[in-house]
Amino acid sequence: MPQKLVVIGNGMAPGRALEHLFEKAPGAYEVTIFNAEPRVNYNRLMLSPVLSGEKTFDEIITHDDAWYASHGVTLHKGKRVESIDRAAKTVTAADGTLAPYDKLIVATGSTPFIVPVPGHDLPGVLAYRDLDDVEKMWEAAARGGRAVVIGGGLLGLEAAAGLKAKGMDVTVLHIMPTLMERQLDPAAGFLLERSIAARGIEVICKADTKAILGEGKVEAVELKDGTVIPCTIVVMAVGIRPSTALAKAAGLEVNRGILVGDDIRSSDPDIFALGECAEHRGMVYGLVAPLYEMAETVACHLAEDASAAYKGSVTATKLKVTGIDLYSAGDFAEGEGREEIVLRDASNGVYKRLVLKDNRILGAVLYGETADGPWFFDLLKKQADISAMRDTLIFGQSYQGGAPLDPMAAVAALPDDAEICGCNGVCKGKITGAIAAKGLTTLDDVRAHTKASSSCGTCTGLVEQLMAVTLGSAYNPAAVKPMCGCTDLGHGDVRRLIVAKGLKSIPAVMQELEWKTSCGCAKCRPALNYYLLADWPGDYVDDKQSRFINERVHANIQKDGTYSVVPRMWGGMTSSAELRAIADVVDKFAIPAVKCTGGQRIDLLGVKKEDLPAVWGDLNAAGMVSGAAYAKGLRTVKTCVGTDWCRFGTQDSTGLGIRIEKFMWGSWTPAKVKMAVSGCPRNCAEATCKDVGVICVDSGYEIHFAGAAGLDIKGTEILCHARTEDEALEIIVALTQLYREQGHYLERMYKWLKRVGMESIKAAIVEDTAKRAHYFERFVHSQAFSQKDPWAERASGSVAAHEFRPMADLTLREAAE
Amino acid sequence: MTPETWIAIGRITDIPRRGARCVVTPLGRLAVFRTADDQVFATEDRCPHKGGPLSQGIVHDGSVTCPLHNQVIDLSSGQVRGPDTGRVATYPVRVDPASETIELCLDAAPALAEAAE
Ligand code: SRM
Ligand SMILES: Cc1cc2nc3c(=O)[nH]c(=O)nc-3n(C[C@H](O)[C@H](O)[C@H](O)COP(=O)(O)OP(=O)(O)OC[C@H]3O[C@@H](n4cnc5c(N)ncnc54)[C@H](O)[C@@H]3O)c2cc1C
Ligand code: SF4
Ligand code: FES
Repeated sequence: MPQKLVVIGNGMAPGRALEHLFEKAPGAYEVTIFNAEPRVNYNRLMLSPVLSGEKTFDEIITHDDAWYASHGVTLHKGKRVESIDRAAKTVTAADGTLAPYDKLIVATGSTPFIVPVPGHDLPGVLAYRDLDDVEKMWEAAARGGRAVVIGGGLLGLEAAAGLKAKGMDVTVLHIMPTLMERQLDPAAGFLLERSIAARGIEVICKADTKAILGEGKVEAVELKDGTVIPCTIVVMAVGIRPSTALAKAAGLEVNRGILVGDDIRSSDPDIFALGECAEHRGMVYGLVAPLYEMAETVACHLAEDASAAYKGSVTATKLKVTGIDLYSAGDFAEGEGREEIVLRDASNGVYKRLVLKDNRILGAVLYGETADGPWFFDLLKKQADISAMRDTLIFGQSYQGGAPLDPMAAVAALPDDAEICGCNGVCKGKITGAIAAKGLTTLDDVRAHTKASSSCGTCTGLVEQLMAVTLGSAYNPAAVKPMCGCTDLGHGDVRRLIVAKGLKSIPAVMQELEWKTSCGCAKCRPALNYYLLADWPGDYVDDKQSRFINERVHANIQKDGTYSVVPRMWGGMTSSAELRAIADVVDKFAIPAVKCTGGQRIDLLGVKKEDLPAVWGDLNAAGMVSGAAYAKGLRTVKTCVGTDWCRFGTQDSTGLGIRIEKFMWGSWTPAKVKMAVSGCPRNCAEATCKDVGVICVDSGYEIHFAGAAGLDIKGTEILCHARTEDEALEIIVALTQLYREQGHYLERMYKWLKRVGMESIKAAIVEDTAKRAHYFERFVHSQAFSQKDPWAERASGSVAAHEFRPMADLTLREAAE
Repeated sequence: MTPETWIAIGRITDIPRRGARCVVTPLGRLAVFRTADDQVFATEDRCPHKGGPLSQGIVHDGSVTCPLHNQVIDLSSGQVRGPDTGRVATYPVRVDPASETIELCLDAAPALAEAAE
């Protein structure tokens, strides 16, 4: 029987602990996680690039839903734990969800500190801790105006740079005389202030906030010296406090953080306190590297390895603002018996300072040129005696041993135990070892196997140099991501070569493009099947065995192996006859659940596989066809009541929706395609979060596309305006065909747009009407082969009958004997 | 030692290449697979992860990818491919070359089923 492990908080530290635990003791625990944030575990360090738009949230997810599913973890998203009952060994969330535990990890992280000046509770005063804060900053940025960031530390400066990148005017208020005074000495702080100011961000040091002013919302910040700075938001980034209230209420020993020993256990031996909420040997950490070390210790103890002990860490910091290179480690205050070595190169904006005692490095500050940071940090941690290279130490590693070395040689010369990735504590030997042992060739592989460069990403360059040194010419940093392990080619190359070489079957593709496996895998085969189907309509014969089960049997598989059946309801319209037929089918086949879907139609859930053909036969008889609720193809076209009924309707939105659905059903696409038509800008059909959406207006039709509302929420972009319904239909169909020909398998429209760019799409569909007509024609041609109801084919028993019946029933044979 | 009993369950052509079908037995539902090169394997029709019906997965090389959460299972050993772990029970099958009949042997089955637990 696995023990029950409950985790409170789904941040970076417990995420890492679970990875180690599943590796060390798979199946030993049944894990339940509660997270106040309504989402999966992500790399919090990378929120700043998300804020600035340099990365998407998707790119910083550490564990996606599939990861939790595959490890049997129950993740309660958006559920805050309110109490721990240590006697009964249970935890209870705000909504009443209760979970019993054998072992508990409290990993509640920290809470941003909000300076309690007057006005601190006005709407528009934000913290910077999670994705919700980032989204609020985006909203503010979309309205424009000035943001005031209070706090000139790491977080405040990253927030300021992000808001600036989003187009806001930004002022940073810092109470100390120089920026980041906890990590930088005054000289480096001054250089930093200069480069922040050079990006158009105003910095005011020694600024003491008196009040935040505003009626019902933030309007300005007032300083003690009387200065008033008008603004629309205030971001407070003045520090964090360990979140300990829950632990305190449960009677655990708490000082600044929850007190833990070298085994990371709290004062209750069944409860670990992990991450920023914990206090170990008087230290509370606010950076991930030490938290990851703690995480590994927790995993060891959970896996019954009682020898593991955490001894505390020295930390190093990098500022992640694109274009500013800054590194600091250790302690650099002045003091008795301390010496320093300083290098300044004003013309190049370089400043380096080492603080030494007894010929050992105590602290390092690097500005403008940080490549040697990890090397100094390594010497610092090992407390290496540097007397032999003291004269050239400050010039960095490449100057040691005579002539300056090139950077590659410097990396090659690093000892195996030199730390490369500070966040994850990965040393050189581990990376080169994994490259050799596992045959790794891409950065993603190295990240997956060693974790190096998978957190803040600042060591990526070093890792790439290491790969180049280890792999030689076999390493190509520009290499595209291969489709899967069966080939080195990416989706784009495969699509291009299929057309260029006229490849018309899966075996032909695999032969010509030198697949490394005999018959592909579950990733590449469905993709190839789609590409061939889309590129050679009429010529290519669909390969059923290369389709995911849902598309093979035209129904959605459920967790218990039964299926769901969703008939089309054109534009969301139905009739008494259809509803009666559905009701009869439900009774006849004892279908356990009937549900209205989010797509304006009805889902029959829990149908036995053997019953599917008969269920479809009955639905067909009432005129209904497959709704393709399983397909990488056209799903639904939602509509509103439009001019038929609504007092605001400007065009026949219901009619247009039905027309589009009847025209386009049956087509296969790279990923699913959902559409909607709203009768006016009130947008009751939610057209602005669909793959394609139409908003009817008095003058015609606004065509939108590339929205999504699933894993990502994204409003649509406007493609163009159409005057007539015919024109609208032609544009939508041509756009879909362009996507069918260019999209990578499983790439939704919004990701396709992001990859190819709006310009190229507009050029083909809006600006060149001849081209548009061409794409329209190609779609129509392919529909001639795909607009066949798959249910009717199967209900007749003529197609794929073997899918629905067991091959043999040996229980009958036994009974007969 | 009692002689093994081989039960005919159908012809190899009843299963599409790179496909599978299920067989209902007194022990529960089994999945019978046919690979691209006409090898035949039988396993219980239950993924060790969360019970997914393996007969509905995509068959590639000598393995099947479970339809529910994509774990990959080696058909000859029943072992789940790394980094995931787990194992399904496998059953001996053979194909009579003359008649192309697939025959299944359930004699050792209870022992196998226990070993898997
Ligand atoms: C039935 C339904 C939920 C409901 O009870 O309302 C549903 C059910 C499923 N959705 Fe959905 N989605 C349903 C509407 C939606 C909507 C709302 C909408 O379409 O207006 C969304 C958000 C809109 C969007 O897609 O952007 C939605 C976003 C998703 C996603 C995330 C897709 C993404 O790219 O972000 C998935 C996962 C995927 O496709 O990989 C998904 C996947 C699924 C699957 C197919 C999961 C699976 O692979 O087994 C579920 C199948 C259940 C079944 O057997 O029927 N479903 N799903 C809805 C069917 C609509 C229909 O009539 O066809
Ligand atoms: C913008 C930003 C940039 C950063 N950059 C760096 C960097 O460059 N380098 C670096 O080393 N560190 C950086 N950090 C710090 C680093 O992210 C944190 O040290 C680390 O995430 C802490 O991990 P944790 O697991 O302790 O807590 P967190 O990751 O904060 O996770 C705690 C989680 O617990 C949840 N929670 C709290 N209470 C409850 C409850 N009662 N019930 C359920 N759930 C609860 C919270 O919602 C939260 O999701 C940065 C932080 C931020 C915000
Ligand atoms: S129906 Fe959609 S939202 Fe609901 S559990 Fe399934 S995939 Fe998730
Ligand atoms: S049930 Fe098979 S992978 Fe989850």
